[in-house]
Amino acid sequence: MRDVLDHAHDRVLDHGTGLDEAGVLAVLRLPDDRLPAALQLAHEVRMRWCGPEVEVEGIVSLKTGGCPEDCHFCSQSGLFSSPVRSVWLDIPSLVAAAEQTAATGATEFCIVAAVRGPDDKLMAQLREGVAAIREAVDIQVAASLGMLTQAQVDELVAIGVHRYNHNLETARSYFPQVVTTHTWQERWDTLSMVRASGMEVCCGGILGLGESPAQRAEFACQLAALDPHEVPLNFLNPRPGTPLGDRAPVPARDALRAIAAYRLALPRTILRYAGGREITLGDLGTRDGLLGGVNAVIVGNYLTTLGRPAADDLALLDELQLPVKALSATL
Amino acid sequence: MASWCDRCGGALADGDHTRCTAARALEPPRFCPDCRRRMKVQVLPSGWSASCAVHGRTGPDQPRSATGR
Ligand code: SF4
Ligand SMILES: [Zn+2]
Ligand SMILES: [Zn+2]
Repeated sequence: MRDVLDHAHDRVLDHGTGLDEAGVLAVLRLPDDRLPAALQLAHEVRMRWCGPEVEVEGIVSLKTGGCPEDCHFCSQSGLFSSPVRSVWLDIPSLVAAAEQTAATGATEFCIVAAVRGPDDKLMAQLREGVAAIREAVDIQVAASLGMLTQAQVDELVAIGVHRYNHNLETARSYFPQVVTTHTWQERWDTLSMVRASGMEVCCGGILGLGESPAQRAEFACQLAALDPHEVPLNFLNPRPGTPLGDRAPVPARDALRAIAAYRLALPRTILRYAGGREITLGDLGTRDGLLGGVNAVIVGNYLTTLGRPAADDLALLDELQLPVKALSATL
Repeated sequence: MASWCDRCGGALADGDHTRCTAARALEPPRFCPDCRRRMKVQVLPSGWSASCAVHGRTGPDQPRSATGR
């Protein structure tokens, strides 16, 4: 009997058209014994429509903690009893972080701030920081600063930020359960401005917030409608003091099913392993995902938590014979 | 001697901090082990540093400095 993977073979692998919501849901509901086949197909789709390169990125927090928003998964909200304190990174440390990232062979360095949107102080710090990085380090600079005004979008373009990250986080229908201080639509509006500016759009989310499989499928298709250059896929790492602090992490098999399903929904997108993979997938699962549709990684530490050493990921890519994307290939 | 769990801020003498110790493999410390104040923590791609207003700065490779820097 033909199942969704046979259908996906024709539609996604042969024609490069992503699965629709029903198809994504069917992949998310595949029994365990079909998971290897789903990952295999997702890998073939990635190889065919994206190629073998893996895009490597480092991230750093320019302004940590004290955020006025209430995203229930986030240890940087100032509204919860999280132990994360508010702190700013100075420019020399920012440049050092970019240097550490470039030393791994990464082509992308993303500067992140825990804010609703940037104020003048943050924009000034970013301007100075990006200029200092461009002076000292050969790497592409991305930013993630929350919701933007048109003037801020224009300024980011002018200072040479080539990609902007703003995650929709979860399905539109589930977002109000996760965030009450702003709306999914407000996030979408920022993404629309970023898209129109010519910056590359980076937009993903977090799985394991309590969303249903149907909402996971809904989210994949909402991302496909946005058609971002990159989708970072996070798995909830339950943070002490946050409303989701006691949730169990996503089981590894569900995470892998989601990786395959998201690749089959987004055949041409850079699909990046972001936070939480160490906890949800461990070493073995990390490998399965890299052979199951993922074609980008964040290496080293995250914003408030630690990752596995960059060298371990680079050794794994080497072993899997997946080449790291070079800077020349991205310019 | 540290008196406080640097992950949850609880007294090391009270309760079981096995889960905190395990979690610390993938997290920097958040509480000063000497006085349980919340520390200012900075995470960089290949390291972290944490500083207590009273007891100074520490990092993965640095022993706590006695000078408060
Ligand atoms: S806006 Fe960003 S930093 Fe602020 S609470 Fe939400 S996820 Fe955290
Ligand atoms: Zn503890
Ligand atoms: Zn102290």
